[in-house]
Amino acid sequence: MPTVKTFKPPKSLSGKEFTYCPGCQHGIVHRLIAEIIDELGIQERTIMVAPVGCSVFAYEFFDVDGTVAAHGRAPAVATGMKRSLKDSVVFTYQGDGDLAAIGTAEIVHAANRGEKITAIFINNAIYGMTGGQMAPTTLLGMKTSTSPYGRAAENDGYPIHVCELLKETGGVAYLERTTVNTPQEIRKTKKALKKAFTAQLEGLGFSLVEVLSTCPTNWGMSPVEATEWLEENMKKEYKVGLFVDKVGDEK
Amino acid sequence: MADKTMVKGNEAMAEAAIRAGCRLYFGYPITPQSEFTEYMAKRLPEVGGSFLQSESEVSAVNMVYGAACTGRRVLTSTSGPGFSLMQEGMSYIAGAELPSVFVNVVRGGPGLGDIQPAQSDYFQATKGGGHGDYHAVVLAPGTIQEAVELVHDAFDIADKYRTPVIILADGMLGQMMEPVVFGEFRNLESLSDHLSWSLTGAKNREPHKVTSFNIDPYELEKMNMRYQEKYKKIIANEILYETSNMEDADFALVGFGTMGRILGSVIRRAREEGIKVGLFRPVTLWPFPYDALREAVADKKFVLDVEMSTGQMIEDVRLAVGDSLPVHFYGRTGGVVPNPDEVLRVLKERIEEVK
Ligand SMILES: Cc1ncc(C[n+]2csc(CCOP(=O)(O)OP(=O)(O)O)c2C)c(N)n1
Ligand code: SF4
Repeated sequence: MPTVKTFKPPKSLSGKEFTYCPGCQHGIVHRLIAEIIDELGIQERTIMVAPVGCSVFAYEFFDVDGTVAAHGRAPAVATGMKRSLKDSVVFTYQGDGDLAAIGTAEIVHAANRGEKITAIFINNAIYGMTGGQMAPTTLLGMKTSTSPYGRAAENDGYPIHVCELLKETGGVAYLERTTVNTPQEIRKTKKALKKAFTAQLEGLGFSLVEVLSTCPTNWGMSPVEATEWLEENMKKEYKVGLFVDKVGDEK
Repeated sequence: MADKTMVKGNEAMAEAAIRAGCRLYFGYPITPQSEFTEYMAKRLPEVGGSFLQSESEVSAVNMVYGAACTGRRVLTSTSGPGFSLMQEGMSYIAGAELPSVFVNVVRGGPGLGDIQPAQSDYFQATKGGGHGDYHAVVLAPGTIQEAVELVHDAFDIADKYRTPVIILADGMLGQMMEPVVFGEFRNLESLSDHLSWSLTGAKNREPHKVTSFNIDPYELEKMNMRYQEKYKKIIANEILYETSNMEDADFALVGFGTMGRILGSVIRRAREEGIKVGLFRPVTLWPFPYDALREAVADKKFVLDVEMSTGQMIEDVRLAVGDSLPVHFYGRTGGVVPNPDEVLRVLKERIEEVK
């Protein structure tokens, strides 16, 4: 399918100015989600659930019905919505603290139930909103404000691999880990997002796209350094790729 | 006339919820309320509803949040330990002004406690067990028939004020059987659709946003003041209580829920012995019937408040009565239910003191 390159903002973005730091990749992912909502023509039946984290205002940024869940509980909130309105399209947008620490139970069980929702998971290896504390995804040796000597396995355990964990649960219909460092990777992420939403629309089960993402502010780097650091360090720990795809190929 | 059926309290409340138009249930098993969850699992599919056993009460309350966002009637039931886990979610629900009904079939606490009846979750229910400036309406049924009626009313109150409503029952009410008359099935079309604010997909309208969130303190203060205005209306319109034998009474007993019915037998026995004693039973624990209680006991010699706890409602009873007359307390805790004999003995001891 040919994609038309224009700089017109997608209809499904509200036009409210993003609250993200310069070089933060949250904004790129927002835009991609909005483009997919437009392309699939589902704006009028989409409900989004924002997390607690830097993207807490996401419910304002998308021009769809929305709410903010308690920290980590977005998959449960989305479950309640979807069980009530079976024809709606429900997605959560969650950081790694939200999804992989405080909300681990909610995401695992939503996935395992095959809840017909889509989760967009931003893995930036750190707690952005609260000022750079260690996340469950923080790399070994990585210094954060709560791992000032570097994350040590014997004290803090290991970086958690959400896709690898979830791929074993029966209810998952689509699962992919991507990045948005380069135009090609952005296009790949967009394709993954489209498949994830399609999995939901076709009633196949739970879908999740994990996007490895930069946090220049709390990594203490310039935006360019941050993309390089992601390339060299995060991608080694978190293998980009497709884990589950029950959608089938695009015609 | 509708027929009377013998039903267990938990199942009766569950059936009442379905008849009130509830088609969405999320919950996690816990004694002494598990029959509620089991009943919903069996019954909801029969009426086209949706039942889900959640992975925890934390998830259950957030599923309630999500379902309530869509404007449809939703309920969860639990007991103390589960109710504690729900408090964060209840705070969000109160802040986001989401109509929803909670049933807490209270058991002995704190901690794991036991599975016997108790009333020791009074503070948690009435004073807001979660964070922030909020209240939930709290209804305390004394019989299964009343529980059935209050579950029905709870949904209407929740819809009318966009607020969480708690049915504060106890293990006794949940587990015993009584003959009950159920109400008619509510026509789902007649229920409030909440279309002016609910999240249903922004078709031919501006998107709706439902949150308990505002980063600007002045705006958040405004939201809080709006909640307070709503609470004032609830206080003005929704207070419920029952009195019996109060007219000629010298002494007043105060108790709620199961305790109220036990106090009924205390009063019968006391009156057989010529002791003129009456009962004041708050039905709404929040809002508490302060004025009604003050007036009802104004000419009595004392008040004896009896609870299945070490004394929680007593604080509201004292607030209502002030220093105008003595307020005594008697309670059993940990799942022990005071029997009429011991309450009668305590009553007589207090009477001796006044003589
Ligand atoms: C129950 C609870 N605990 C803690 C917090 C504080 N808190 C807010 S956001 C956050 C971490 C967010 O990190 P992440 O999910 O990685 O998202 P990011 O900000 O990096 O996008 C924490 C701990 C909270 N709001 N609620
Ligand atoms: S703190 Fe990090 S994650 Fe948050 S907006 Fe800034 S760069 Fe993005």
